[in-house]
Amino acid sequence: MSAVNDSLVIARRNLIRMTRIPEMILFGVIQPVMFVVLFTYVFGGSMKIGNTTDPQVYKNFLMAGIFAQTVTFATAGAGAGIADDMHKGLIDRFRSLPMARGAVLTGRTVADLVQTAVTLLVLAIVALIVGWRPGSAEPTNFGKILGAFGLLLLLGYAFTWIGALIGLSVRTPEAATSGGLIWLFPVTFISIAFVDSSQMTPWLRHVADWNPFSATVQACRQLFGDPGLSQSSAWPMQHPVWASLIYSVLIIIVFRTLAVRKYRSATA
Amino acid sequence: MPGAIYAEGLVKTFGDVRALDGVDLDVPEGTVLGLLGPNGAGKTTAVRCLTTLLRPDSGSAVVAGIDVLKHPDAVRRSIGLSGQFAAVDEYLTGRENLQMVGQLYQMKAKPAKARADELLAQFDLADAADRPTKTYSGGMRRRLDLAAALVVSPPVMFMDEPTTGLDPRNRQLLWEVIKQLVSGGTTLLLTTQYLEEADHLAHDIAVVDHGRLIAQGTSDQLKARTGGERVEVVVHESDDIRPASEVLRGFGKGDVTVEAHMRKLTVPVTGGAKLLAEVIRELDTRGIEIDDIGLRRPTLDDVFLSLTGHLAEVGNEESDKKEAAK
Repeated sequence: MSAVNDSLVIARRNLIRMTRIPEMILFGVIQPVMFVVLFTYVFGGSMKIGNTTDPQVYKNFLMAGIFAQTVTFATAGAGAGIADDMHKGLIDRFRSLPMARGAVLTGRTVADLVQTAVTLLVLAIVALIVGWRPGSAEPTNFGKILGAFGLLLLLGYAFTWIGALIGLSVRTPEAATSGGLIWLFPVTFISIAFVDSSQMTPWLRHVADWNPFSATVQACRQLFGDPGLSQSSAWPMQHPVWASLIYSVLIIIVFRTLAVRKYRSATA
Repeated sequence: MPGAIYAEGLVKTFGDVRALDGVDLDVPEGTVLGLLGPNGAGKTTAVRCLTTLLRPDSGSAVVAGIDVLKHPDAVRRSIGLSGQFAAVDEYLTGRENLQMVGQLYQMKAKPAKARADELLAQFDLADAADRPTKTYSGGMRRRLDLAAALVVSPPVMFMDEPTTGLDPRNRQLLWEVIKQLVSGGTTLLLTTQYLEEADHLAHDIAVVDHGRLIAQGTSDQLKARTGGERVEVVVHESDDIRPASEVLRGFGKGDVTVEAHMRKLTVPVTGGAKLLAEVIRELDTRGIEIDDIGLRRPTLDDVFLSLTGHLAEVGNEESDKKEAAK
């Protein structure tokens, strides 16, 4: 019981913090909106999805990728927040209190999940405004769309545990921010998020098809009824919903274990 | 019966550095132990081991009657820690900070809030209770940090350099709070670089250097170790050092120490002001011109310098030997 209560107390603390630094939330929303605009208008006409370079098709193809990339960027926020707590001696204080072991990290990741959900909501509205239409390729329904957002949030939550581990491993919040971001670029770009993987060199295509990030993107496209599903025979591309769930849960188990262990011996 | 804080043979190494090299501590219930030492002496490491933040490589510790290594969670319920930095969330208000800590001590939300209000009033922070602590002064943050350590009125408190970086007024304020706390029966281990602070607050003082206890006792006992009163003379001419030294030897109760470059002579004495007057007369009779003369009683500074100064020399000899061996 105390684990749940403690996590909620810490989550509440982090949420209060976020509301007092509104510019953080603002930048968190502006960044993906900028990606949407840049990708749709700059790349729009020159990207071949299936047999077409119709910008409207690319727009519908792109959104799942942007959503997925956006949720993974929460990694940097979680890492920076935890590194900041270490730096300021707050982790020492928490560790000297009779509270549940993982609660500081769970509370932080849960707060980040709430922030991600808000960002995602704003982003979905922007996507609809610029012309994203779920069901443009295959029929979909409200339940499927909610399911897709559920998978996105789960992926984002899993990635914040990677961020937590990074935050506990570096010396400064600044290092946690860049350390939380740089590896996300190859992870999100060597994937099916922004281009059709069938046009990549074979070895890169294998990486993209088995990339956990691609699984969630493929699952979202399937559930949204968006165009440009990967035709790859790789298992995650054939069973994207299951693959997305399995990958996310695995990431949570592995990185939560590592992060909590690290937390227990953390020194500022 | 072991005290409220008891440690035996604590050792902690970080790579090649032995931060703690076999430290024994025994703090009787309701007393204050001042852990005194320079930066890097191992004070903070000792506090971190006793507050469950760090696991010692060897040794044992009992806090509030509970084995620190076996039952860290139970220990955490009985201690309050105020670390070297004011560990408060700068975006939360003072009240929110204290309420959060109360809840993490497993209090319910309402009692935690009531306790927060009580502490805010006690620490003279009521007016700032609803401001984010970002806007607090250094002294206010320190007070809030201390209040956070006191949320459940723990029987055993640890404070790591509580007044470092504070101005004299805030230091005085914090001292008053600490005295009140101790008069209420709390056992306190306090680390400090300030001898005055240890002298002022602690019943017992343990001097640490290079991870070892080099002396322990009451402030008076430590002062007695350094010796009693001394007469200190600064002569005007270097040529006068020798005759002045002869004069002092006649009055002193021990060897005369000479610091030639400062033309300063020191000798332990008994007899106080009367003896000082005699020394002045005798020096005057012999025509020795003096720049300065005085009767000095030892301060904790003297104790500290004589103890650590000595140890530093030993350290250098050892490393010199190592150098020579290479």
